[in-house]
Amino acid sequence: MAKVLAVSGNEAVANAFRQINPDVCAAYPITPSTEVMQRFTAFVSDGEVDTEVILVESEHSAMSACIGASAAGGRVFTNTSSQGLALMWEMLFIASGMRLPIILSLVNRALAAPLNIHCDHSDGMGARDTGWIQLWSENAQEAYDNTIQLFRIAEHMDIRVPAMICMDGFIISHSIARVEFLEDDEVKKFVGEFTPVNPLLDVTKPVSYGPLILPDYYMEYKRAQHEAMTRVSKVVLDVAAEFEKLSGRRYGLFEAYRLDDAEIALVILNSAAGTSKDVVDEFRDKGVKAGLLKPRLFRPFPYEEVAAALKGAKVVCVMDRADSFGGFGPMYMEIASAMMLISGNRPVLINKIYGLGGRDYLPEHAAMVLDEMTEIAKGGRVKTYKEYIGVRE
Amino acid sequence: MKLKGWKDLTPGAVLTEPGSAEEFHTGSWRSFRPVWNPENCIQCMFCWTYCPDMAIKTKDGKRDEFDYDFCKGCGICALECPGKKGQKAIVMVEEDK
Ligand code: SF4
Ligand code: SF4
Repeated sequence: MAKVLAVSGNEAVANAFRQINPDVCAAYPITPSTEVMQRFTAFVSDGEVDTEVILVESEHSAMSACIGASAAGGRVFTNTSSQGLALMWEMLFIASGMRLPIILSLVNRALAAPLNIHCDHSDGMGARDTGWIQLWSENAQEAYDNTIQLFRIAEHMDIRVPAMICMDGFIISHSIARVEFLEDDEVKKFVGEFTPVNPLLDVTKPVSYGPLILPDYYMEYKRAQHEAMTRVSKVVLDVAAEFEKLSGRRYGLFEAYRLDDAEIALVILNSAAGTSKDVVDEFRDKGVKAGLLKPRLFRPFPYEEVAAALKGAKVVCVMDRADSFGGFGPMYMEIASAMMLISGNRPVLINKIYGLGGRDYLPEHAAMVLDEMTEIAKGGRVKTYKEYIGVRE
Repeated sequence: MKLKGWKDLTPGAVLTEPGSAEEFHTGSWRSFRPVWNPENCIQCMFCWTYCPDMAIKTKDGKRDEFDYDFCKGCGICALECPGKKGQKAIVMVEEDK
């Protein structure tokens, strides 16, 4: 039977790792993700898991050690935030290029400078092109559920690429919320035994990792890496269907909230989607056909499915908690690409940047945006395609 | 040799054939070739020690010819070679000369 507990987002994720009991974990502490490792190492000390924990001197070393352990044939995870992920950047490509299914829990935090420890999505968005799968989570429950499902997805024999679970720093990582836990043995059974592919420790079949590949073959390896990503969506849905049977909780490639007949639609990630859904309800009560799309699988991005879900809307506003200075927000660029798959009339597409460095995102911000979208839907002019909200002039 | 397409590669560029570097003839990179003059050779084996590619062959514990399949012409052996009475036993000669 499922156990319901009041826990922080970090605690929920740490418990998913405890239930899975991976072979190796190498990590370096960084706010706001530190608590995941703090709790996990307590499980190690208490003998609740037999994971080999490698304490390293930096995140670059943490990811390097994860790569070594994964290539050796172990089930491996790590955990970080912000500058930590930025420091791992070089190694993120090596993990994916070597097709090692390492799991990383990313607690989203802004990037310096100026130094800031609070939530935004700049860290995860910066890792967009590293070849890692990304699942984003609205709350502690989703972070827990995504962690369990992600092992199955990354380790699937059709895929074998590393993957990260993203959840909002402090807003989710440090808030106490209701989480329904699965039983330990249910999780173990669901995740299953780890099957290594070409492990370095199999001395009967010696292998080498990391050869120099020159122009005659490099592009073929990259093409093959993309192919693995094209198989992810199906596996995500298959694993979600199996997970629903176990937990009763349903997941897809994204959440479509009151979107079927929506004329105006918000696209928004993670915790702010929760706030926005309340405001969408208020607008629905007023008779405005508002809806919301909350992406879950951000890499690989499900362009066709997202395009199909948004094609009926007149106005779509993409809310980005990360910026590309001199460009549109990263989520806007994805949605704009998805829109190109729609033939005929496309929705008007605008972009708002919100919540950088932990700036509060309040229901009135959502209401302001939905009001503006209502005006545009009635034929009003688009004043600006990219705008910062919740910022002082 | 026919090059493989992307569908036929081992995921992650993992090499599953041990010792396959032997088939990769780095000698084709060479623009300068070391030439051995046994008359000036004192059999100190410095060249054998320093060569990064194990491209100095030996025979009965003595220095033998270069292995030009793997010598990439870095010139380290020629630099380290003490030779005899100031006369090097290894000189680098431009490949197309
Ligand atoms: S030139 Fe370089 S590679 Fe060739 S034999 Fe001398 S040391 Fe070895
Ligand atoms: S370094 Fe020169 S002298 Fe010494 S063994 Fe090699 S060729 Fe002969």
